[in-house]
Amino acid sequence: MKSDITFGQYVEGNSLIHRLDPRMKIVLSILYIVTIFLAKSVTAFALLTLSAFLLIALTGLSPAMILRGMRPLLFIIVFTAVFNIFWMTGDTLLISLGPIKIYLEGIINAVLIILRIVLLIVATSVFLTYTTTPLALTDGLEQLLAPLKKLHVPVHEFSMMMTIALRFIPTLIDETQKIMNAQKARGADFSTGNLLQRAKALIPILIPLFISAFRRADELATAMECRCYTGGEGRTRMNVLRSTPKDWAAAFVVLVLGAAIVLANLYFPLYGLTL
Amino acid sequence: MATIELNNITFTYNKNTPSAVCALDHVSLKIDGAADGITGLIGHTGSGKSTLVQMLNGLLKPDEGQVILDGTDIWAEPKKIRDVRFKAGLVMQYPEYQLFAETVREDIAFGPKNMGLTGDELNTRVLEAAKFSGLSHELLDKSPFELSGGQKRRAALAGVMAMQPKILILDEPAAGLDPVGRRDILGGIRKYAGESGTTVIIVSHSMEDMAMYCDKLVVMADAKILMHKTCAEVFSEYQKLTSVGLDVPQITRIASALAENGVDIGADIYTVDYAVKQLLKQRQRGGVS
Repeated sequence: MKSDITFGQYVEGNSLIHRLDPRMKIVLSILYIVTIFLAKSVTAFALLTLSAFLLIALTGLSPAMILRGMRPLLFIIVFTAVFNIFWMTGDTLLISLGPIKIYLEGIINAVLIILRIVLLIVATSVFLTYTTTPLALTDGLEQLLAPLKKLHVPVHEFSMMMTIALRFIPTLIDETQKIMNAQKARGADFSTGNLLQRAKALIPILIPLFISAFRRADELATAMECRCYTGGEGRTRMNVLRSTPKDWAAAFVVLVLGAAIVLANLYFPLYGLTL
Repeated sequence: MATIELNNITFTYNKNTPSAVCALDHVSLKIDGAADGITGLIGHTGSGKSTLVQMLNGLLKPDEGQVILDGTDIWAEPKKIRDVRFKAGLVMQYPEYQLFAETVREDIAFGPKNMGLTGDELNTRVLEAAKFSGLSHELLDKSPFELSGGQKRRAALAGVMAMQPKILILDEPAAGLDPVGRRDILGGIRKYAGESGTTVIIVSHSMEDMAMYCDKLVVMADAKILMHKTCAEVFSEYQKLTSVGLDVPQITRIASALAENGVDIGADIYTVDYAVKQLLKQRQRGGVS
């Protein structure tokens, strides 16, 4: 196990996107996703791809890094592409080898679907994971969902749980590392043997880890109660989120993009997407 | 032949990343178990103590240099690194958090079992280790989670002692214990070292404990070894110790203050008993009225 496991993908920065209100970023990423699903034609997709590049440029992140972040999804991307190329039928037959028939529409469809997946990832990662700290995200989410409190949904409690969980991930990773080292020092062996033996070798790690997690939870609860924490009711916050003109400007730009996509679909319906 | 020999060891955490930290910088050290008695390892937080002890049992691999135990380079055969861990037993900081088995007996047996021991041999070792660490017999069949803090610490200690390592390394064995608990644990370790002939290395922050239970001291500062001398020699270099953020035992401070005020009873004072003896000697000579 590596000792330098970092949690989340947040990249420190001070770009315009970094500085947007997290609430707005959540809304913007949803708007952007809707826009992506609205796109139906090659022209619309070209426009979207352009906008995605602009977006990445705005964050100051390296495109190569974002591309690398997609590696886990490579299988899904390849699978959808292959599926579309071989199973789509259309008017323009390109290759016909016995039962295998490849149509131009199939290829275009495959490319557009890949683009759609890639753009979805870019949208969420650029607006959310790469440029917003996990804590800012939960904070933003809590406030966005605040109206649900009227329906007796414990929004604050959920967000507090999420915040605590995020806060303790590095701590627990650290703890795991320590316990693993302690058991290794007693000759524990995690890397040889069959599956069952390896699973059994994890017991000396998992039990102490669970016990320490419960102990920490207990201590944290006591510490919170000592500081009079009683839940979300009447609780004020140190960092109050405020929307600024640039948040609304960003929203306006994304809405214009959405409108442009709809128009592109209507007036330049070059090779429509069928899925 | 030295029991432990570190040869120009260098180690960097998060190598080749912006957060790289050099924890050991060309460190060389020789410890001869039979001649040196108990060795204490002291240093400020982040001086590389914990990294150094993790080098000794192969939990960390040096970037450069060799770790030689009993004349063999432990990384000569990386696949046999587990055997090194049985030879150099390491008790980590707060070892009570590593307990996991259903009974104390089973937990102590975890190490020896990993060595392939079974039956009577295993039993004898568990009982011996329990005796050395001061765990009473009736505690052995309890769950480790029913024990008190001090008892848990002893159980964890016994878990490593039961492997009967040639070298026993203890990282802050007395941290977080009350004075009586500290004395019992450290005294027990001292007794164990004497009776079993194990080479013992203790890492600690407490200068009083070090002065009381160690024979030689290794002082670390900024990823390097600053001194490796006897307690008396190390503590007589008051200035050098304070310059790297370390303290000396209270009695050494008193002796140094006395010296400044004209009552010189020697710079090598580090235990109360010795200080009293020196003071009395001074009085006989007529130095103090």
